[in-house]
Amino acid sequence: MKRITSAVLALATVFGLGGAATAQQKDWKTVRIGTEGAYPPFNNLNAKGELDGFEIDYANALCDKMQIKCTWVAQDWDGIIPALLAGKYDIIVAGMNATDERKKRVDFTAVYTRTPISFIAAKNAGTDISPAALKGKSVGTQGSTIHANYLEKYYKDSSIKLYPSQEEANLDMANGRLDYVIADKLALEDFIAGKGKDCCKFIADIKRDPAIHGPGVGMAVRKDDTALRDMFSKAIEDSIKDGTHKKVADKWFKISILD
Amino acid sequence: MIWCELPGHWLGNAALTSYGCRMISGLGITLQLVAISVSLGLVFGVLLAFARLSPIRPLAVAANGYMTFFRGTPILCQLFLVYYGAGQFRPFLDSVGLWGLFREAYFCAAFTFTLNTAAYQAEIFRGAIASVPRGQIEAGRSLGLHPPAIFLRIVLPQAAMIALRPLGNEVVIMVKSSAVASLVTLYDLMGTTRLAFARSFDLSVYLFAAALYLMIVETIRRVWDVVERRLTRHLQT
Repeated sequence: MKRITSAVLALATVFGLGGAATAQQKDWKTVRIGTEGAYPPFNNLNAKGELDGFEIDYANALCDKMQIKCTWVAQDWDGIIPALLAGKYDIIVAGMNATDERKKRVDFTAVYTRTPISFIAAKNAGTDISPAALKGKSVGTQGSTIHANYLEKYYKDSSIKLYPSQEEANLDMANGRLDYVIADKLALEDFIAGKGKDCCKFIADIKRDPAIHGPGVGMAVRKDDTALRDMFSKAIEDSIKDGTHKKVADKWFKISILD
Repeated sequence: MIWCELPGHWLGNAALTSYGCRMISGLGITLQLVAISVSLGLVFGVLLAFARLSPIRPLAVAANGYMTFFRGTPILCQLFLVYYGAGQFRPFLDSVGLWGLFREAYFCAAFTFTLNTAAYQAEIFRGAIASVPRGQIEAGRSLGLHPPAIFLRIVLPQAAMIALRPLGNEVVIMVKSSAVASLVTLYDLMGTTRLAFARSFDLSVYLFAAALYLMIVETIRRVWDVVERRLTRHLQT
């Protein structure tokens, strides 16, 4: 019996208190940044196996401004918050919208992108994206995202397919296994201009639901790391004021990513 | 309150209460996938074992090649090959009228798992049949029995005893391997658990899923004990 109790206690320590170990505030001279590396053009592993994308350039620019050293860690999307809480890195820069659900676990910096969300579909599809029109259709997106939550809330009568990464959803769209895909418009643009050129087109943008989508994309930190959060929030706000944000964004996007 | 919300309710765990029912329905999908693939795999596996032991050389070589491939590559790799591979060959599959099947993730998973477990089961049967001493077969022949009678009445009962344990292991391994189905959009037990975790960030849903997997495996083990006792009853005192 005693052995069982101590095993349970050990489990509780692993699961419950794992994130609390880094409670004391420290002086942030080096910061480890976690990203997904599968969400072009925001963050992506290029052919050489290096991370690139808007978020990589932008966060590096912020780090230079703050004169701190930043290193990058690529982490699968599904585990990106748990790995932050487990101390594998200190901040998430991965197109993560600051939703209320996530705020229960992590804190967010100021918003640095807010982009339209769109449906794509086969070339011959109609433009109606109402839940009634998509009833019984298969709709795909990446799991653990605001898009998945949005589908669950509004498109209950559609067959919702969730993928480990957006690229796999896009692939199944091109293969004809999905009728619709929903994601950030800018992330889909690459696909529509490239591999999805022959199969698919943009159908329509959705109306944001603040309860699901939150105010926009921020960087996520552990709740204890308020100093780090404030440091990056200030850097983001400064970069928007002094034009650094726009300069980096213009390299990657034709339209404004902060409407 | 529905019964499947009760475990979460008793444990006072909000994530389990909200997602308990979906996880239980995921458990149903897992059990279906395993039942379908293991039983179809049994039929296919027996045929493969015969092919492997056949004196017709090309047949034996082909069966051996098949078994080597499916036992030698990760099941996740096989599933992706079938699932995403089917997408690449869509025009061909369309033309033979099979796309309707391969379009469904459920079919792709059941298909892959069947092919996979058939290879393992064939190896188990082959080993079990080969392990029956030649003297037994010769004894049958000297009694003037026909080859089918020798197989059914002498070889098969003894081979079944030997095959039983490894076959039970294979079913258990299939239960656990079936979790990869969640990576091709299926809401099996692992898929629903990932969904619950993604929404709640509460690790205890994985503990609950682990407990459910353990429960299935333990049930299978107990059923196997009963069957084994029954098959070996002539050896017991």
